[in-house]
Amino acid sequence: MSSEQSLIPDAGVVDRSVPALQLTNIRKQFGGVVAIERFDLDVQAGEIVALVGDNGAGKSTLVKMVSGVYQPTEGEIRLQGRPASFRDASDARRQGVEVVYQDLALVDSQPVYMNMFLGRELTKGPLRLLDRRRMARETQELVDRLDVRIPSAKATIRELSGGQRQAVAICRATHWASSLVLMDEPTAALGVAETAKVEELIMRLRERGAGVLVVSHNLDQVFRIADRVAVLRRGRQVGVRSIAATNRNEVVSMITGLS
Amino acid sequence: MSEAGTAAPAISRPRWRAIDWREYVVYIGFVLVFLFFAVFLGETFLNPTNLSNIVIQTAPITVMAVGLVFVLSTGEIDLSIGSVVAVSALTGAVALRETDSALVGVLAGLAVGAVVGLVNGVFVTLVRLPSFLVTLATMGAVAGVAREISNLQSVPVDNETFLGLFGSGELFGVPGLIIWSVLAIAVGYVLLNKTRYGAHVLAIGDNIGAARVSGIKTARVKIMVLMGSAMCASLAGLLYAGRLHGARYTLGEADLMTVIAAVIVGGTSLFGGKGTVVGALMGSLLMGMLNNGLILAHLSVSQQMIARGLIILVAVSLSLREKRS
Ligand SMILES: Nc1ncnc2c1ncn2[C@@H]1O[C@H](COP(=O)(O)OP(=O)(O)O)[C@@H](O)[C@H]1O
Ligand SMILES: [Mg+2]
Repeated sequence: MSSEQSLIPDAGVVDRSVPALQLTNIRKQFGGVVAIERFDLDVQAGEIVALVGDNGAGKSTLVKMVSGVYQPTEGEIRLQGRPASFRDASDARRQGVEVVYQDLALVDSQPVYMNMFLGRELTKGPLRLLDRRRMARETQELVDRLDVRIPSAKATIRELSGGQRQAVAICRATHWASSLVLMDEPTAALGVAETAKVEELIMRLRERGAGVLVVSHNLDQVFRIADRVAVLRRGRQVGVRSIAATNRNEVVSMITGLS
Repeated sequence: MSEAGTAAPAISRPRWRAIDWREYVVYIGFVLVFLFFAVFLGETFLNPTNLSNIVIQTAPITVMAVGLVFVLSTGEIDLSIGSVVAVSALTGAVALRETDSALVGVLAGLAVGAVVGLVNGVFVTLVRLPSFLVTLATMGAVAGVAREISNLQSVPVDNETFLGLFGSGELFGVPGLIIWSVLAIAVGYVLLNKTRYGAHVLAIGDNIGAARVSGIKTARVKIMVLMGSAMCASLAGLLYAGRLHGARYTLGEADLMTVIAAVIVGGTSLFGGKGTVVGALMGSLLMGMLNNGLILAHLSVSQQMIARGLIILVAVSLSLREKRS
């Protein structure tokens, strides 16, 4: 990682005219088990799309294909209009896809700023020593700009609440994502007040230009934060609705298959 | 002290909670043991020659402790270091006997450590066995090799350059063994606290899943810490060979427990994610002081073993009771 790269992202760089993510004819089989039969979806830049479905419907499998953990058996993934294939998760990350995991991928004993730069630490000088001051400063600026309330960029993750930790994970993902942020149940482990804070943060990502695909079990949440909702039932895509043009009952019956 | 893992001050906590006395066990222990020997042994312990002897004799332990800090910080362990000391010292001594070149002797000794470390690393990362088992196995195998290549005989070393570098030599009046300790500590401190490598080592020990999805090459880092630890043990072997003017298969055989104790008492976590090089230095000096004091107190060898074991047990239990978070 070059140490010249700045932490503060420039939302203007994102090309909003092509979809951040396009999934076409995606199919995934594990041996004989068909996890995803067929799935198509576009996520626009600056758009939040929720992915819902019952347990075992295939939501996590889908997220893992887009984040490089699994490779699709068939179908095409395009990022910002260009075909993409990922060897592994860090390959996907290099291509601008960031993931917020449910089980917080943070290093507890390290400060917030080291987590923000985990795996891409900034260095200085010919000995390439860590530039802790600059990482702390840039992290503080980002956290302030996104209005995340943590004691300091130098606070150790262990000192933070669950909501603050998830906020740090989301900040990190947003900062590094050049095209897409994936979230698999980002608030599943949080209380009511903390969930509200994290939702606020997710909604603020819209302005930053990345597409957001968020898996959620919570329909109230989906209706609060998403622009569109895609429904999976037993590996099949049953429909995509604009939040403004649907309601809870319709989405519930799409999920369950009962009318 | 701005050691890794404890670098950030506890901002939101009351002061009394922010001070975790367990981090200072090694310093408290150091002072207490020093005072104890000073009072009961007096001049025999306190004279400058004895004190500098402690530091000199502890050099191999200090060097190995630095290597082990990295291994423990990734959440692994290396039990093979004691055997690597002997086999490296012997290989170095044999190479010196055959070629009379200090450079060849040193490279041969270090190469043995590199190979053992690589084998450990490959079995831990690619074959995915616990480092405890892998290094337990290599500990035995390497000890066997040391016996085999030496025929249970000691190999004398008389190469002047080598003896100057690793034994009795001095630089500006400072004994060479002390310089080696200082170098090991300085390099270890910078690597662990000031480089991306050190940050990755600590991240792996804390949350290997997070490290992996962040693009950190976890297998490569683990192989590197295990190679580093084995090569530190090789260097320790060369230091013994230099100081004793020869090598023998028994070298380093009692060092494993001492090194582990030094590192743990110093404040490095046995479970990864937290490591301190300065603490390890204090830990090994504490161990060296104990050794010295018990000998001066005229305890028999078996009494020394008992006393050392019990003291280590107390010290380790004081520092190991991990913080509940
Ligand atoms: N690694 C795997 N190997 C085999 N089957 C899998 C694997 N991962 C997921 N599946 C199967 O794929 C289906 C979808 O699982 P998943 O994506 O976890 O669902 P969701 O996240 O919607 O609850 C399930 O039937 C599950 O058993
Ligand atoms: Mg799931």
